[in-house]
Amino acid sequence: MKQLFAVIGMNVRSIPQRAGMSIATITSVAFMVAVLLGFLAMANGFEKTINGSGSDDVAVFLRGGSQAELNSVLARDDARLIEVAPGIATDENGDPIMSAELYVIVDGIKRASQTEANLPLRGVQQQAVNLRQNFSITAGRMFEPGSAELVVGEGVIREFEGFELGQTIRLGSNTWTVVGTFSTGGSVFDSEIWTDLGVVQNLYQRGSSVQSIRARLTSPEAIEEVRAYVEGEDRLNLDVTSEREYFADSAGGIATLLKWVGWPLSIVMAIGAFAGAWNTMYSSVDSRTREIATLRTIGFSGFTAFMGTLIESLVLALLGGALAILVIYILFNGNSASTLGGGFTQIVFSFQVTMGSVISGLILALAVGFLGGIIPGVRAARVSLLAVHQN
Amino acid sequence: MTDQLPLYQLRDLSKTYTRGKESISIFKGLNMDIQHGDFIAIMGPSGSGKTTLLNQLGGIDSPSSGQVVFEGKRIDNLSQGDLAKWRSRNVGFIFQFYNLMPTLSAAQNVELPLLLTGLSGGERKKRVKTALEIVGIADRAGHKPRQLSGGQQQRVAIARAIVADPKILLADEPTGDLDRATADEILGMLQQLNTELGKTIVMVTHDPSAAKYAKRELHLDKGEFVERGKTS
Ligand SMILES: Nc1ncnc2c1ncn2[C@@H]1O[C@H](COP(=O)(O)OP(=O)(O)OP(=O)(O)O)[C@@H](O)[C@H]1O
Ligand SMILES: [Mg+2]
Repeated sequence: MKQLFAVIGMNVRSIPQRAGMSIATITSVAFMVAVLLGFLAMANGFEKTINGSGSDDVAVFLRGGSQAELNSVLARDDARLIEVAPGIATDENGDPIMSAELYVIVDGIKRASQTEANLPLRGVQQQAVNLRQNFSITAGRMFEPGSAELVVGEGVIREFEGFELGQTIRLGSNTWTVVGTFSTGGSVFDSEIWTDLGVVQNLYQRGSSVQSIRARLTSPEAIEEVRAYVEGEDRLNLDVTSEREYFADSAGGIATLLKWVGWPLSIVMAIGAFAGAWNTMYSSVDSRTREIATLRTIGFSGFTAFMGTLIESLVLALLGGALAILVIYILFNGNSASTLGGGFTQIVFSFQVTMGSVISGLILALAVGFLGGIIPGVRAARVSLLAVHQN
Repeated sequence: MTDQLPLYQLRDLSKTYTRGKESISIFKGLNMDIQHGDFIAIMGPSGSGKTTLLNQLGGIDSPSSGQVVFEGKRIDNLSQGDLAKWRSRNVGFIFQFYNLMPTLSAAQNVELPLLLTGLSGGERKKRVKTALEIVGIADRAGHKPRQLSGGQQQRVAIARAIVADPKILLADEPTGDLDRATADEILGMLQQLNTELGKTIVMVTHDPSAAKYAKRELHLDKGEFVERGKTS
């Protein structure tokens, strides 16, 4: 054990003698882990935003087979038939808690890049606010039905210019006034702009059609009753999903995609980092051949030479991994980023560096260090004792 | 009764190197005894096999045939692991280029052989200090090899060779890289280790004036020993 620690200490202390190569190895491991963590942080952040967006007791009605709101068209009659469905909750006046909604894409200017990006302008009915968890007006007031007034989600305020309270803003050919800001506690709706349904239908010539209807259910289980009703009603051709499922389907795919891009990219970089680690460790062994032979001559075992090399490699890899975690954490954690959301619009979400992805990153780094150190380690263990006479 | 046995008995020792199809015989049928307390200088032309012979004595290379008997027991047929253990208990090596670990201080270098023993940290420190005092370099205990002159580095290397109190010191051209005056200091120290502490020493050297410090001179030439009495 003493001899093992002594040899490991010698290996690690000799790292500065190969500073250039060691730094290159640390850097390539760091890049690899940073890419992995970056993608995972995006995926996790995105997933968190999406998961926070959907409720179990809100049903979303779309045209059969349309999958996303943008592709869906519902007529006024559909709303009337849904109103009377069993399992739909009512408010204290006996009215169904339900909102027919229609959204259009408008352009906003991103603060960071000063480029245009898509924003959803959603026309909603009064009950819309009761259909989002944690909805609150955080400044100003709600829009007046029938007027060209906007309330703007906090994510939009953060990422886009020109939506400050009281501001008038041109969206397409129409001029609007921002009368309030709202929050839904970080869900996807924070990335939207809301106004009155009738105004959107009017200004964008949609007649009385809508895209989606949201309705509160008496309980999460009531979705089955509603589904049975819709299927039994010949005049309705609708897909009914809970809001949670709806988001999981439409945006969960993006999180999965991010992971599917992030992992292979990291693996490719891992191969590069592995080659670097291998090369560095080979030169470590070669430059210390006489030292290793001397230790063996004194009586140190080949195993200690192997372990010294392997652990030096693991130390380099861990330094790279730790560097990446630090940089990613400082740069990304909690920072908001935008990405394409469910329907061509920007969903604002935060990077989430999770414990799980940090562990994944460290494991990948250690795997690279292990594989990169093992063969040079065997070489170290096999150094000929006769090398003691080398100059 | 091992004291009555010679420390080493070389019996019919041969070493042949094969390079491809060619095989080169370095020495053939060498016989020699080394007694406790001896100080032998092995001389001979370059390539005569001096280092090769020292390697056999030190158990870092094995003979092609014949036996190396140490205190009555063969060491030429030991396994690698057993040989390593045997070396750590019995042999102190001194090299031409010192072979110190560049990242370790003088004291840490000297401590290395003790890490293979069961000695406590305190006991190791004491022994390291004693060894450094014997070679007269205790004041440089904290220095790295880079901060020491060649002669000082060789002193540290000698301290490392004696710290575990081995039965034999094997030195290959210990002064080959040093100037005359420094070489004489080092050789004087080896002689002192031999006469005062009773260390058995086998030293390979090119240098006739270095050989004079030994009790016996052996000349290795064309694979055979020619013994010469001390000339002086
Ligand atoms: N590993 C090896 N493989 C093949 N030949 C070797 C090997 N080691 C040594 N030799 C050869 O064996 C011969 C003796 O070498 P050795 O190093 O023992 O000589 P030496 O007497 O110590 O010489 P020098 O005075 O130059 O140190 C040389 O001809 C050398 O080339
Ligand atoms: Mg030699």
